[in-house]
Amino acid sequence: MNLQAVRAIYCFEMARAGRTLLQSLVSPVISTSLYFVVFGAAIGSRIQEVEGVSYGAFIVPGLIMLMLLTQSVSNASFGIFFPKFTGTIYEVLSAPISYFEIVLGYVGAAATKSAVLGLLILATATFFVDLQILHPFMMLLFLVLTALTFSLLGFIIGIWADSFEKLQLVPLLIITPLTFLGGSFYAIDMLPPVWQTVTLANPVVYLVSGFRWSFYGISDVNIIASLVMVGLFLAISLAVVSWIFRTGYRLRP
Amino acid sequence: MSHQTPNASESQPRIETPSASSVIEIQGLAKRYDSGFEALKRVDLEIQRGEIFALLGPNGAGKTTLISIICGLVNPTEGRVLIDGHDNVIDYRAARAKIGLVPQELTSDAFETVWNTVSFSRGLFGHKAKRSHIEDVLKSLSLWEKRKNKLITLSGGMKRRVLIAKALAHEPEILFLDEPTAGVDVELRRDMWEVVRKLRERGVTIILTTHYIEEAEEMADRIGVINRGEIVLVREKAALMRQLGSKQLTLQLHKPLASVPPALSHYPLSLADNGSVLVYTYDASETSETRVSISTLLNDIEATGIQFKDLQTKQSSLEEIFVDLVKER
Repeated sequence: MNLQAVRAIYCFEMARAGRTLLQSLVSPVISTSLYFVVFGAAIGSRIQEVEGVSYGAFIVPGLIMLMLLTQSVSNASFGIFFPKFTGTIYEVLSAPISYFEIVLGYVGAAATKSAVLGLLILATATFFVDLQILHPFMMLLFLVLTALTFSLLGFIIGIWADSFEKLQLVPLLIITPLTFLGGSFYAIDMLPPVWQTVTLANPVVYLVSGFRWSFYGISDVNIIASLVMVGLFLAISLAVVSWIFRTGYRLRP
Repeated sequence: MSHQTPNASESQPRIETPSASSVIEIQGLAKRYDSGFEALKRVDLEIQRGEIFALLGPNGAGKTTLISIICGLVNPTEGRVLIDGHDNVIDYRAARAKIGLVPQELTSDAFETVWNTVSFSRGLFGHKAKRSHIEDVLKSLSLWEKRKNKLITLSGGMKRRVLIAKALAHEPEILFLDEPTAGVDVELRRDMWEVVRKLRERGVTIILTTHYIEEAEEMADRIGVINRGEIVLVREKAALMRQLGSKQLTLQLHKPLASVPPALSHYPLSLADNGSVLVYTYDASETSETRVSISTLLNDIEATGIQFKDLQTKQSSLEEIFVDLVKER
């Protein structure tokens, strides 16, 4: 195991976040705060409680998930796309380092960043609403697993994309709609019956539901189903990444 | 060469050389890209330990593909590469750890500093940080003053130096320089050859690609010529230069000649263009003592009363040599 190399990539990526602190940490925190002000305080006060939880508090887990998904994908995809774009990837490919180590460095850094961001948003939320976390361990587990899984997804997108347009395409057309329709701002049973069924095909529903359960003990779907979905996601992402490396797809012609 | 750059190599031990055998063995290496383009056609090549090997070839000959396969950037379609006995696919860690690569393209992490990017390279190759080594490398490439600069602020020549520094950061035993002097000024070229010489003294094997024959002539021990994905020839430089280094002096005459005058018959002269052009072919690599000087020849021509309008000298270019080499086959 070339730990020095993993460390080098990890630190390099973390330093990149440090240089763009405003973009990587401050701006997501600000935009989430705006959600709290608008949905929590302004509109939320006129919305009735959801299963005994005030609306402002109800949306906290969903908002964290929303940021976690988008930031993990964008962080990780950019992290691997940029060296590919500028050509500096040659060095990583010529180094005595395994595929697993490359992933560990890039995805590890991206997941760390978004997990930290998630906690930061959680901390910000306490300024706006009263929070309770019934299952802190499960909360952290969901947080870390989601950050990891979607950073892997971002890594895959970054390798697949051969233009900046494609890099934006998947987050814009798939991730964002799925998260907004994933129950971040509402409970599934608020939907018309048909859509309640359709929405179960949206994987993000399971993430948000499970994450919310760890806060308030209320969920749209069974917590086991949520855990299975996260595990399934992780397994699929890992399989795709290993396929990419086995075939040299877009990296080693 | 009296260039005053501190020496990166003096403080370092010579690399152990267990045997004088080949350090890179390339066996039946072929590469066909998905587009169907055959970049390499079953190439066999051995690089000797500690030599400077120049790989010459026109654009698109397969130089970069060959280097990319050896360094692990491109997967071969067939064949294999042994780096000091280690298969570069199966035993890639051991193989790649020995190699430093300076790519042709100027690529850089724009917002990193020189120091950080060079240190990153060392870490990537599995080495613990070693400030003294990075410092030596940066000083030897005149980058020390720029170490805190962001790469985006550097000139093209400086970026090239940074790429070399990155390749040397992990103390490689084999160094690949892909078109190192393309678009590089005289000073950097001189610095670079100085570094290359010192590395060679330490026992580092150096493989460079170029399409400047002068460069190969100045630096290389052996020269390989690659064309259309095939190694056309591999030879000791000295032997090759004798063969390829011929130069021509062409004189445009006022009046056409029917034949070369007898007074000049001891020169290798010939007529062209219906006698209106006199051509003198000579070996540019010979020293001035063994060769008749141009001025002696011109004096003798003058003495015979032949007048000329214009004169030019021409060294057979690499492209011409290729044409010749390919024609022979």
